[in-house]
Amino acid sequence: MQHQLNPHQWVAAHADYLYGFAITRINDDELARDLVQDTFLAALQKTAGFQGKSSERTWLTAILKNKIIDVYRKKSSGLQNITEKEADDEQNDFFNADDGHWTKSSGPKEFGIEDSDKLVSKEFEQIMKRCLQKLPALWMSVFTMKHIDEEPTETICTELKVSQANFWVIIHRAKVNLRACLQRNWI
Amino acid sequence: MPATKLDLNIKTMSYLKKVIYNCKQATFLIEKKSIGKITLRESFELRVHLFGCSFCRIYKKQSRVINQMVQELFRSSMHRDYKLDENFKNELQGRIEEELNKN
Repeated sequence: MQHQLNPHQWVAAHADYLYGFAITRINDDELARDLVQDTFLAALQKTAGFQGKSSERTWLTAILKNKIIDVYRKKSSGLQNITEKEADDEQNDFFNADDGHWTKSSGPKEFGIEDSDKLVSKEFEQIMKRCLQKLPALWMSVFTMKHIDEEPTETICTELKVSQANFWVIIHRAKVNLRACLQRNWI
Repeated sequence: MPATKLDLNIKTMSYLKKVIYNCKQATFLIEKKSIGKITLRESFELRVHLFGCSFCRIYKKQSRVINQMVQELFRSSMHRDYKLDENFKNELQGRIEEELNKN
């Protein structure tokens, strides 16, 4: 089946979805609104290139994704590096410098959610959201592109201009930080 | 010669000791393995480490749970929670119509 574009229905059909997609990845309300608007306006210029192979929503989301990557790039090149440095320093508190063992206070403890399938409390979800928001922009973008959007590693490295080696370091650090934040706030 | 054998044992011991203590490396390998490939040697080292380290066994379980939870959070609840207000939407559709009329 060939998909069609119907710009007269775009906002009603897709605006909330695109807004949710944007705000969960960049955590900035005003910017998320701007990106939704930019996406629709850019899409209008590209309608001739729409071949009907993907759905309207998939096509619009792809345009939005590119805009989000632009934001990531800008964020990770500027002042943002400061929070990255802070998070890095924190990382050094997690493991001993000499042998790499967990430091005394940071060894993982059970959260009590490890074995039960799902059924996570709203409270834990809230803590998770706050902990995610604390990650530096570049880490967050690498993390979401890999774990949520399931993009190939090569794509992420090219789009965000990070080396493969650095990619794995970021994946590791983001998770160790996120886990530590959950432990601090939950137990 | 016995000396060389002893030498080898000491080397093996210190290598294993490094593997056994290095939780930073073990957690790195846990993350790498969950979305990519690790080498046979890395896989061996990780198994040796996890056998003796209860901290990293907990980490491994939590890492997996966290991935699932984050995915769920993004796919369901966050989309439910975020809605644009009607004013913004009306204005936005208005702008789109304006652009459409230009052509």
